[in-house]
Formats: sequence, C-alpha cells, structure tokens
Amino acid sequence: MKDLISKINKVFESRVRLGIMSVLMVNETYDFNSLKETLDVTDGNLASHLKALEEKRMIKVNKQFIGRKPNTSYSATETGIAEFRHHLKALENLIRGE
Amino acid sequence: MKDVYIREKFGTYIIYVLLCNSKYFYKMKSDLNSIEDIKAIRKIMEESSRFLSLSGLSGIFAGVTAIAGALFAYFFILDNGSVHYDEYFKSLSEKEAFSLRWQLISVAALVLVLSILFSFYFSIKKARRERKNFWTPVSRRLLINFLIPLAAGGVFVIALLIRNQVGLIVPCFLIFYGMALVSAGKFTFGEVFYLGILEIITGLVSAFVPGWGLIFWIFGFGVLHIVYGLAMYRKYEA
Repeated sequence: MKDLISKINKVFESRVRLGIMSVLMVNETYDFNSLKETLDVTDGNLASHLKALEEKRMIKVNKQFIGRKPNTSYSATETGIAEFRHHLKALENLIRGE
Repeated sequence: MKDVYIREKFGTYIIYVLLCNSKYFYKMKSDLNSIEDIKAIRKIMEESSRFLSLSGLSGIFAGVTAIAGALFAYFFILDNGSVHYDEYFKSLSEKEAFSLRWQLISVAALVLVLSILFSFYFSIKKARRERKNFWTPVSRRLLINFLIPLAAGGVFVIALLIRNQVGLIVPCFLIFYGMALVSAGKFTFGEVFYLGILEIITGLVSAFVPGWGLIFWIFGFGVLHIVYGLAMYRKYEA
C-alpha cells in the first residue's frame, strides 16, 4: 500500500494540474486563455499551477506575439508526458486495489 | 457470551459497527476520488481534442438543401431536361452552354455556402445550450483541416469547368468533400470520418458512371447527409 501511494506524483495532486496535463497530453500546444476556458478557473489560479508545473519541467512555455498581442502557449515536455502516464497508471491501480 | 466479550473489548455494539464502517468509507472515499479524477481527466482530454458541438441538425439541413438545389437545377435550369446532361450540353451552342454551366455552378456554390452557414448556426446554438465555447483551438483546427481539401477541390472543379470536363464535376465535388470530412473527422465525432469515406466511395463510383451526376449528387449530398444527421441527432441530442 505504501509503495502504491508513493508512486502517485505529488506534482499532479490538484484538479487544476491534472486538468492542465490532460489537455497537454492530447494537444501539442494550448494557449493560456483557451486553457482557462476549458478548465473554468481564474487567471491567478491557473498561472500559479502552470508555474509550478513549469518549475518541475513538466511543461514548457512558448511566448510569442500575434500582431502586437502577446500570446503564451504551453506544451508538455517528454518528462511531463512520461510522468503523467505513470501517475495515471498509479491512479488506476489504486482503484483496482492492486 | 461472544456479545459480552465484544462489548467489553470494543464498547457497545453500535460503536463497533461504526468503527468498521468508517474505516470502510475512508477507503471508499479515496477510491471515489481517484475514480472522479480519472473521469475528469478523460472528459478534459476528449473535450479539448474533439469539437463536440457539431449538431446533427446541420447534416439534415445540408441534405435537404442539396436535394432542393438538385431539383431546382433539374426543373428550372435544365428545363426538365434529361438527367444525362452531358448529351444535353452537346446540343447547345457555346454561349448557351457557358451560361448554363455557370448557373449550375452558382446553385452548387449556394448550396455549399448555405450548408456551411447553417452548420455554424446550429453548432453555435448547441455550444451555447451546453454552455461550452464555440471558438476553441479544436474548432479552429477542425475548420482548417476541413477547408484545405475543400478549397483544393473547389479550385480543381473550376479547372474542370474551364477545360470542359463537365462530367467529372460531380465526382470531384463528392471525392474532395469526402476527403475534407475524413481529415476533419479526427477533430470531432468519429462518425464524420465514416461519412467522409462513404462520400469518397460515392464520388469514385460516380466517376465511372457518366450521365448520372444529378442522381449521385442527390444520393451523396442529400441522402447520406440526412441519414447521418438523423442518426447523430438521435444518438447525441434527442
């Protein structure tokens, strides 16, 4: 049981972070505003979770300008994808009680 | 005797039962949380990668418009003429044929524009009803993947028109439209992909059967759309 829980990654222990990773698993890139709408969270909340994931190198940030507007988009890193897959597997195992 | 033993050891019976239950519930609660998490993850993955506000109504509407367009062309532009409009064309003078051709193309273009406008309208309505956003990264990707094959087909049809290959226009419409649906299908309901395959098959068959363009048009753009639209509406919306 202890082993099982240790596999659950602390970085993903929040609904918002789970949401961010889920979106970035199936989309190559996703911009800040669309993430905000998809996950239905506030600016500050989303930004702080994105920051945390970025610091752990789970996602990378691409800043660019569309015309004069700054546009920030995010994508999952290879580590992020691998770690998240692990995390999902652990969640599933926890449910099955293996 | 046993009862008394339990009471001595664990207090009253009720507390004993409660203790067992709470431990059970505690485990269940964490399980439920994980189940909820996984459900949420699945839902977000699906909603962020597929545009699910596409309405079956747009399929029905597109089908009806296509059939109306075909009937209009048959009765008013071709003057109740034979469906084998290839021969009909040959009996006309150059100038008459030219104007006729452009009238037919205008009807086809009108059908296309109306269908696309109404599919936008129904999708926006459906998205609003479900309190979802219509203009998302997925809907943009869907639109681009749909429009590239369609635009290529449109230009190719113009080339066919200019080079007098009128008989191949309907097959071309069907094939390119089918390919547009196949490429858009990855970003919405999987059924769109199969509708695309059926359109491509219809187009390819019609390429080998000269003179039946109008019938294939009615089947491909009319009947298939209506059947698809009804099926989708009943499955996801009714």
